[in-house]
Amino acid sequence: MTDLLHHTAPRQPEATPRDALVARDVHVQAGSFPAVRGVSAAFRPGVFSAVIGPNGAGKSTLLRALLGLNPVTGGEVTLAGRPLGAWSRAQRSRQLAYLAQSEGLPDGARVRDVVALGRGAGDWRFGLLPRTPWTPADEAAVDAALDRTDTRRFEDRRVSELSGGERQRAALARALAAEPRFLLLDEPTNHLDLAYALDVVRYLRCEVAGGLGVVAVLHDLNLAARADHLVLLCGGRVQASGTPHEVLTPEHLHAAYGLHVNVVQHADRLLVIPQD
Amino acid sequence: MQAAAPRRGLGVGLGTLLLAALLLAAVVLGTGLGSVTIPPGEVLGALWRGVTRQALEGNDVIVWQIRLPRVVMGALVGASLSVCGGAFQGVFRNPLADPYLLGVASGSALGATVAIVAGWPRALIPVSALLTALVAVACTLSLAREGRRFPPTRLILAGVVVGSVLSAATTALILRGEDRARQVLAYTLGDLGFSGWRDVLTVLPYAALGCGALLLLARALDTLQLGELTARSLGVPVERLRLIAVIAASLATAGAVAYVGVIGFVGLIVPHMIRLAFGPGHRTLLPLSALLGGALLVGADLLARTTPLSQVGIVTTLLGGPFFLWLLRKERHD
Repeated sequence: MTDLLHHTAPRQPEATPRDALVARDVHVQAGSFPAVRGVSAAFRPGVFSAVIGPNGAGKSTLLRALLGLNPVTGGEVTLAGRPLGAWSRAQRSRQLAYLAQSEGLPDGARVRDVVALGRGAGDWRFGLLPRTPWTPADEAAVDAALDRTDTRRFEDRRVSELSGGERQRAALARALAAEPRFLLLDEPTNHLDLAYALDVVRYLRCEVAGGLGVVAVLHDLNLAARADHLVLLCGGRVQASGTPHEVLTPEHLHAAYGLHVNVVQHADRLLVIPQD
Repeated sequence: MQAAAPRRGLGVGLGTLLLAALLLAAVVLGTGLGSVTIPPGEVLGALWRGVTRQALEGNDVIVWQIRLPRVVMGALVGASLSVCGGAFQGVFRNPLADPYLLGVASGSALGATVAIVAGWPRALIPVSALLTALVAVACTLSLAREGRRFPPTRLILAGVVVGSVLSAATTALILRGEDRARQVLAYTLGDLGFSGWRDVLTVLPYAALGCGALLLLARALDTLQLGELTARSLGVPVERLRLIAVIAASLATAGAVAYVGVIGFVGLIVPHMIRLAFGPGHRTLLPLSALLGGALLVGADLLARTTPLSQVGIVTTLLGGPFFLWLLRKERHD
């Protein structure tokens, strides 16, 4: 076990701040398959983190474990120093927002109504019955989320009338409406064209500048190169973690993807180019 | 800055008013038409005299003793089945779910038939119906389940299988209890003909409790439409929501089926019509479905009484079959 820890955390991260979301030697079982096998990583507020790795590396599973949606079979996840299990469902849902890979926005619903669903679910009695009435603060949070994602101008449209990119931004607004401390996204740029994908990253960047902690599962390594902090998963373990310069090396990527790649620097950004 | 001409669909307030008027019209027509035709004005007069406890006159006795219990039962059953249908569709995020297609209605019918054939007190019929409804829905769900999920097609297939098996059991019981065969056979086809005030009062708490609980869950159901994981991330305990909603819907379904039998497709058609007109939010969907469902079933019963179709269950199934096919095609295209 010590060997494993050593392998997954090659470098002790500098002291983690008190308000971080931290995975410590996390194991998650997906059925009989160990999807996540001893992952340690720290995610901070105000930092754009991306989780990358080949298909089946355990990225989505890890994300759901960080949210407390997947039971952890070993190790623990802590939020602000407290184990996730010690937070109540309500507290947890206010701190950690989730944007699923394909969020099921009901077709006939108006954008504003969908975004409003992101508000306050955790405050309910038994999680099911609304306790507090809708307040001006709720209204303001919904407005702010609409403004920050540029979805305000079609707040009255129905979801079925939106393009893929508009839909994703509405889903992002829904997640932001809770005013969370961390936003965890599962492949938010999936099915989006390049312009929309960059849009999403730009919106996330703005939120990060405002103090939000972002943890995004990304497939596109060149998008991931725009993150502050990368965690490269492979076979349920951390292959490498750190800044894009530390993680996006031909050696690490070959170990993870079994591909020979060139990594070049363009302006101040890294580009990953697979070799034939 | 205000966006121009927002498309909100029909206003909910106006819709409520229109549907309430529709329900009232159906009740008045349903009460007035029959072997003796009573004009709407007279029906309203009779209703007013009854409600204000004045002396009854003329046709008032027909209105109050014969026609009205049947019509009120129809409205109650239509409302219950529609609310349950809307709730089932929301809980399983499955546009084809309804009490009939999930086997809950057939389950209720079996319990009710057992009670009728065994000659149990009439008030025990819905209790027996509730027990078998819960068994039926448990069977359907355990057959359909894949891990934490209920894949749409599997759910409906499981419901149809459970429903068929239970209907076969019901038929076997009917054939054994021959002396009551006519009554029970009419019952399995859905019939409002035997409803009296006592039955209405027995069913009322089932409908009120079941539908009331579902209405309270409206916002949680809305949140669930974002997806199960998203709902859980927003703090909704999805398993608990499913359990409570299914029990509440089974309660209302058992009440609805207990005295009038299986009336198919109402719970499927009505919520879809409301969704098309007013959007998918359950806070409007469920109450408006209750109004439209009540009106629709009273209308269908009227059609059954005045045409050779003879039973309300036959009318709704004839209407619902094509609607179901249309829905299937629409889902495939989406």
